[in-house]
Amino acid sequence: MKKVLLVILLLLSIPALAVQPDEILKDPVMETRARDISKQLRCLVCQGEDIDESNAGLAGDIRKLVRERLVAGDSDTAVLAFVQERYGDYVLMNPPVKPATWLLWGAPLLVLLAGFGVALRYLRRLPKGDE
Amino acid sequence: MNTRAFIPFGIFICMIGLFAVPLLQGKDPAILPSAMIGKQVPEFTLPMATGDGKLATADMLHEGKPFLVNFFASWCVTCKGEQQVLAKFTQKTGIAVYGIDYKDTKKDVAAWLERHGNPFRATGFDEAGRIAIDFGVYGVPETFLVGGDGIIRYKHVGALKQSDMDSVFGPLLEKTK
Repeated sequence: MKKVLLVILLLLSIPALAVQPDEILKDPVMETRARDISKQLRCLVCQGEDIDESNAGLAGDIRKLVRERLVAGDSDTAVLAFVQERYGDYVLMNPPVKPATWLLWGAPLLVLLAGFGVALRYLRRLPKGDE
Repeated sequence: MNTRAFIPFGIFICMIGLFAVPLLQGKDPAILPSAMIGKQVPEFTLPMATGDGKLATADMLHEGKPFLVNFFASWCVTCKGEQQVLAKFTQKTGIAVYGIDYKDTKKDVAAWLERHGNPFRATGFDEAGRIAIDFGVYGVPETFLVGGDGIIRYKHVGALKQSDMDSVFGPLLEKTK
């Protein structure tokens, strides 16, 4: 009986949101946009979290600001640019692709190519089987 | 001896070097570069933290001389020590320091300025922290050096020490004049 109750309670529970009830916009479409934008913005105080999941005061302020801008009619990219202008590239969870970040974005590809190189050399050196 | 056996060791040494450089430089990863340097100081109008009246960007710019903008709060423990440093700096250089009181109450800030000294020509009251966002502030205290042309030249994050004024703000101000 206890187990059944536990399962029911676990299924009924909802994840704790950092977004406060009074922050949520009435328009569900706009709220979804706000949540999407919030997930792309880094919390500057906690650094590892986006502002959608952070409980820091500043994260809350920026969440509200994002919603204000949306209500004022800004597009999603305009809202992101608004925050980026003030806090720099760092505030974006995905750093923009530009000359200074080419190495960052290209590194996985470089490592993959290096791996191919090593594998090729290794395979070439293997004794040839009977053909 | 197989020299190739040393390749992983070599990589290991390189990694140590890579991690050691920022550690030895004493860089604090929590201090972020400001995106506002080189940009125009944000436009704002705030009520005064003490007394009546308002503090606006135009009030800070009308002399056409460089000035400092210091974000602080009475609840901010590290802000206390700055007041003396800022007071000394304004006495020495003659430039104005404007305070912006971040997410505070008027009652608390009045008592706090009374107790720890008030080096500010005027103090704006940013109750919601909205103006702080326009300045790209992510915590208190933060201090900006703005040129007479209204362009932000430098931002310091954290409590100001006398050595910061001597080695950074002083020389920068010389160049800004």
